[in-house]
Amino acid sequence: MSFPLLTVVAVVPAAGAIATAALPAAKRTAAKWLALLFSLATFALALVVAFRFDPGSKSPYQFTESHAWISDFGVRYELGVDGIAVALIALTTLLIPFIILAGWHDADPLEEATPNRRWRPTQGFFALILAVEAMVVISFEATDVFVFYIFFEAMLIPMYFLIGGFGDRAGGDGEDEAASRRSYAAVKFLLYNLVGGLIMLAAVIGLYAVTADQLGTGTFSLQQIVEARAAGKLDIGTGTERLLFLGFFFAFAVKAPLWPLHTWLPNAMGESTAPVAVLITAVVDKVGTFAMLRFCLQLFPQASSWATPAILVLALISVLYGALLAVAQRDIKRLIAYASISHFGFIILGIFAMTSQGQGGATLYMVNHGISTAALMLVAGFLISRRGSRLIADYGGVQKVAPILAGTFLIGGLATLSLPGLAPFISEFLVLVGTFSRYPVIGIIATLGIVLAALYVLVLYQRTMTGPVKSEVTGMPDLRVRELVVVAPLIALLLFLGVYPKPLTDLVNPAVDHTLSVVDKKDPKPTVQVDAVPGGGRHGHAVRDQDVEAAK
Amino acid sequence: MSSVASVHSLWTVAAGAPGKIPAPHIEYTELSPTLIVLGAAVIGILIEALVPRRNRYYSQLLLSLVALAAAFAAVIGLAAGGFGSSKAHIAAMGAIAVDGPALFLQGTILLVSLIAVFTFAERRLDPAAHGNRVDSFAAQPAAVPGGPAEQAAVKAGFTTTEVFPILLFAVGGMLIFPAANDLLTLFIALEVFSLPLYILCALARRQRLLSQEAAVKYFLLGAFSSAFLLFGVALLYGYAGTVGYAGIAQVVSDGAKQIDPALAGTMGNDALLLIGAALVLMGLLFKVGAVPFHMWTPDVYQGAPTPVTGFMAAATKVAAFGALLRLLYVVLPGMRWDWRPVMWGVAIITMLGGAIVAITQTDIKRLLAYSSIAHAGFILAGVIATSEDGVSSVLFYLGAYSFVTLGAFAVVTLVRDAGGEATTLSKWAGLGRRSPLVAAVFAVFLLAFAGIPLTSGFAGKFAVFKAAAQSGAGWLVVVGVLSSAIAAFFYIRVIVLMFFNEPKADGPTVAVPSPLTTTAIAIGVTATLVLGLAPQYFLDLAGHAGVFVR
Repeated sequence: MSFPLLTVVAVVPAAGAIATAALPAAKRTAAKWLALLFSLATFALALVVAFRFDPGSKSPYQFTESHAWISDFGVRYELGVDGIAVALIALTTLLIPFIILAGWHDADPLEEATPNRRWRPTQGFFALILAVEAMVVISFEATDVFVFYIFFEAMLIPMYFLIGGFGDRAGGDGEDEAASRRSYAAVKFLLYNLVGGLIMLAAVIGLYAVTADQLGTGTFSLQQIVEARAAGKLDIGTGTERLLFLGFFFAFAVKAPLWPLHTWLPNAMGESTAPVAVLITAVVDKVGTFAMLRFCLQLFPQASSWATPAILVLALISVLYGALLAVAQRDIKRLIAYASISHFGFIILGIFAMTSQGQGGATLYMVNHGISTAALMLVAGFLISRRGSRLIADYGGVQKVAPILAGTFLIGGLATLSLPGLAPFISEFLVLVGTFSRYPVIGIIATLGIVLAALYVLVLYQRTMTGPVKSEVTGMPDLRVRELVVVAPLIALLLFLGVYPKPLTDLVNPAVDHTLSVVDKKDPKPTVQVDAVPGGGRHGHAVRDQDVEAAK
Repeated sequence: MSSVASVHSLWTVAAGAPGKIPAPHIEYTELSPTLIVLGAAVIGILIEALVPRRNRYYSQLLLSLVALAAAFAAVIGLAAGGFGSSKAHIAAMGAIAVDGPALFLQGTILLVSLIAVFTFAERRLDPAAHGNRVDSFAAQPAAVPGGPAEQAAVKAGFTTTEVFPILLFAVGGMLIFPAANDLLTLFIALEVFSLPLYILCALARRQRLLSQEAAVKYFLLGAFSSAFLLFGVALLYGYAGTVGYAGIAQVVSDGAKQIDPALAGTMGNDALLLIGAALVLMGLLFKVGAVPFHMWTPDVYQGAPTPVTGFMAAATKVAAFGALLRLLYVVLPGMRWDWRPVMWGVAIITMLGGAIVAITQTDIKRLLAYSSIAHAGFILAGVIATSEDGVSSVLFYLGAYSFVTLGAFAVVTLVRDAGGEATTLSKWAGLGRRSPLVAAVFAVFLLAFAGIPLTSGFAGKFAVFKAAAQSGAGWLVVVGVLSSAIAAFFYIRVIVLMFFNEPKADGPTVAVPSPLTTTAIAIGVTATLVLGLAPQYFLDLAGHAGVFVR
């Protein structure tokens, strides 16, 4: 029996959560350092996984572990990673230390609060973040549908407490008002995701009933089901397969979030603190899109193809709707939330385009979106904590007062609008190419999202950072060392992956090819239309450049 | 003519009998769990009569704990001796079944009762009255509430130690109920556990009028349901010529072979079978708390002393579902095409009704009452599966659910203000800030009720829905998950209230309990988490106990 590396990657943050939560109320600073230490250890372990992972290997999953767990339910504790999972685990474990650092003071008790020996919000905050990390990591690793489902659902609980229990000290309208809006956002988050999860539960049970009926014993093992289907031993009826697919997809679409199931995200991201907002959009939501790739497509290939047109249209609406609403936002955090909805539209577009560029691009997109949103959101959080307001209109001329803050904000923003040279450009380009080669019309319309992205990012920058210095903004301190430590590596990474994405693509591509082979899709043969793709891309590119110029 | 003949035949049976009536053969070992508990109850009554007042509390407590533990050990011994599987048979002249489901349910009931005794015996929560430690029960239940007799009793420091033998009688009845193998034993067991429960409900120390009202409601509605059940028993006897389960089952599947001349006009008449079965089912569904026979649940749960509510919610449900399972699987499998659609309907309205009405509740005990109704619906989904998987999933669910329920009600006893327990929901605001640990424990129970993964509630829900789906009840599962979503809403609302709302200045405080209640809650939490994380051992246990002896 080999060393259970994957389990350890998930157990370390879980142990960290318990250790952090156990510290007494007075030891707040120790709790922060302890949480940071555990998150760094997890990252180190994730790097070990990434470097020891062999992209050329024949077997689809590596570092596999398999133990009996609940045999009555046909459940085995089965873990294994493909390139996509490795990339996302690396992203998750990379971001958590930054999230912890950025949220260093977010959960300090208010000064006027009466000391209460039992109430330990700081310990709770960091313990919950680590608990979420552990559950996210294990859902990336699970190759058993049931194991995945359990952690997919269970992570809602710590997330719920993070959203509802900790918010900005920002709101101008009093703590009570803010608290009730926060708890509304938390409940909305939980109910949306719980309903999605419960509908998925019905589908999970249905999957068990089907496998138990046809294979003799029910199983949730992804590999076993895929193999049985390939061998013709398992034949899910068309109607059943479609229902099961919809059950799974609904849960993932809520999580991702896909229009029209997205409305919880702006509330949740707006009301929570910036680090928690990053945790939601950059880490937890990725489980949704990841699960579409790993479970929807592989378990129900025919139904996936059947649903593709509808899903592409929804994704397209997400892209445009999210971008349009982002343009109209007055609140910085909600703007970033709608921008994320637009980006998730691109990711889902890439996944369901069913081409290797599309899915490879979508996976890169998940990683790059995580990094770029983290950079933008965390800097926005630093900005908001200085001024105590989330409204765009309350800022102006910040770049003269706090140039480093403004500069990092600009780079985060440019990454969000996919400027060439920064990492998200490559993934967005791949997604569009991949979509265009199969669905040219949708590909063309989706490029509009890029134009709108340029609009909302640059207008945001223009309104907050440029122009005359507002009186409330004068004297705003620039980024502190702790904040620079958070932002600088993220920006470095954006630049590095923008210029040299090969390590990531090498990791991801074999896994994408495997997924496509299960779905039984081949890339469309190059035709005249495909030749037009670079043109289409260039067209979008040109528009974007003009727009950048115009906005400046 | 026929009537004359039938009278004659009765005469001949009776007259020819004396030499032939065999002495009933009773397997005392196999009935030992029930006998131990009932015997201890009798001793408990004697203690009340003979032991000085100051010693009664400790002797009753000790007796109850020892008796329940001994009975549990006896159940384990029987199960280990193979009576749950290979040696399963019908004991006591066909009256009692000793088989897997019976032993599993008896074990569950005994464990639940053991923990309930801890909460019954708690004497540190209520402030001492006139220097005497008091529990949740009225000083002198027979006294008029607020009257001089009651005040005198309180002043004298009376405590109602009778609750322990009463509890033991109820437990004794519950042990027989799921094992009853003929309809008369079923009825007697029902009365044996119902009557003590009616009394227990009326015993609250605080809010005595509410408590007495609850008891009267419970008694009246319970009496109605008993009457229905008895009437159904009579009709089924008319149909089959016997009250034994096996005999009825045989007539149901093969038709009446030897028509008893006394029942020549009725035997094999399907109308009697259908009406009789429906009436008996109604009686059982009443005890289970299924819609539309659930009306008593919220009032009784609210009015009864909270330890009693916890015991009732957990143990009665286990016993009643056990009896329901045996009736449907042993007596009526031949007519499952008749009862399945009806039970489908009952399950659906129970799940939805319980979950929807719970949303509007403002009292934590009423909320838990409606939640118990919704859970009855989920369990019914497993009952309907009519498969061995269905039985074992229901057994597992009952075990998991009863520990969560007991724990939750035990926590409710801790949250108090000047008027006793603060059960109004709005008073729970900010509890998480004041007592994070108690609130967190309660949150665990709520999450288990809601069926969040990694808790026992999820494992149980998955088991029953799985069994239902495999028996082709896919749409029932969909309704089930939808009502789970509705139910989740109000469980979450309580969590919001506890953690995200500011505590009120005059809010309740959390009393520090004695080790008794602490133990009860700790066992509840442990069971919730263990059954959630590693349910396999218990699923196996329930799986081996999935076959009824016929």
